[in-house]
Amino acid sequence: MSFLRLSLVIAAKDLRSEFRTKEALNASLSFSVVILLLFSFAFDPTSDMTREISGGLLWLAFAFAGALILNRSFARELNNDCLDALISSPASGAALFLGKALASFVLLLLVEAVSLPVFGIFYNVRWSSQLGWLAAVMLLATWGITVVGTMFSALTVNLRLRELMLPALVYPMMIPALMSAMQLTTVLLAGEAVAGGNLVWLRLLIGFDIIFTALSLALVETVLVG
Amino acid sequence: MYALLAAAALLLARNLYVMLLVLPDEAAQGAIYRIIFFHLPSWFTSFTAYFLAGVASALYLWKRDNRYDSLAVASTEVGTVFTAMGLVTGMIWARPVWGIWWTWDPRLTWALITWLIYAGYLMLRKAIEDPSQRGKNSAVLNIFSFTAVIITYKAIDWWRTQHPGPVLSFRTGGGAIDPAMEQMIFLNWLAVMLLATVLLLIRMRMEQSQREVDALRRHLHAM
Repeated sequence: MSFLRLSLVIAAKDLRSEFRTKEALNASLSFSVVILLLFSFAFDPTSDMTREISGGLLWLAFAFAGALILNRSFARELNNDCLDALISSPASGAALFLGKALASFVLLLLVEAVSLPVFGIFYNVRWSSQLGWLAAVMLLATWGITVVGTMFSALTVNLRLRELMLPALVYPMMIPALMSAMQLTTVLLAGEAVAGGNLVWLRLLIGFDIIFTALSLALVETVLVG
Repeated sequence: MYALLAAAALLLARNLYVMLLVLPDEAAQGAIYRIIFFHLPSWFTSFTAYFLAGVASALYLWKRDNRYDSLAVASTEVGTVFTAMGLVTGMIWARPVWGIWWTWDPRLTWALITWLIYAGYLMLRKAIEDPSQRGKNSAVLNIFSFTAVIITYKAIDWWRTQHPGPVLSFRTGGGAIDPAMEQMIFLNWLAVMLLATVLLLIRMRMEQSQREVDALRRHLHAM
């Protein structure tokens, strides 16, 4: 089977097993809603200030919810030594990684697709005026988060302190993607277009995706196999 | 190693004499500008150390020689020490000149992110017990981490920051800084680098000894 085909098989397997149990999906979704709720205590949710920091709030919620999904990405294969079986299968480390990243990408997008309207209702933000751009930013930033997160999930999968180490390592590394996504989303939620000075954020986001996807695909074989 | 340490001490003493008694005060800032002679060399040293750690990590992945792993961890640790020094000298400088300890200026923020990322590397090393797994996983993380160093370096070009734009003549072609002061920055960088090299060698020796102790302990355990 070709590289891409193998990745898709892995992704389909991950998604199928997730949709049967919905463990990570339910936890991540309710966590994201709880965070959005908690933000309302941190500041006045009806003020205009909310609009100025809306992108930041949204991406913090997505990043926290994402960590729950990413934590499970490789850890779910530990039972019954499934990870060893996957590594000894004909799929290369890179194909395995890409499949896992795609599955987490789809799951996180689902969480975001539910959280965004909830956020709009809670904080009275009209999010649909720049829908095309918003979707593009969400796809790019979510890919950035999942690709780094899946890589670090592989790095920490064998650790006893896995659940503690992953967030401590992965959040600082995600900052360029999160920062760009926050800036761009705030602009888009205000109904403005991405142009002029904001293009630097879009460039940073695309650059982040390309660099970290390439680095991860190149190095993941070493992490998984040795 | 003692010779290196002596050279560092002598050069540092000579530099301190020149920067305190020979060089004049700066026109706008007065006496406080002299902290640049430690601020910039700290950053140069920490970036050099991170670069060295990245190269050592890549070499480790390629050759699987434990000495490269020791070099990577020693160099990263020295790097984090000098990052901390760069942050602290920067804060002391910012208080009188910018009127505030911490400004969330992009370069400053990125310097802190870099420091946190490399602290994560040191944490990951502590969390993995198997030496070969520790070597390869932390080497991969170290290579990832170097992206933060690049962003910190380029931050003054990409965003509007409170840090000045390029000042030193290798980026401006000269004219932005007095040659005597610029020379002092590089001379003090040399002094700090000598000190960093001594620290690096000590730390590497520690890491090698630790590795031997661990191996002996495992051997004993097996018996």
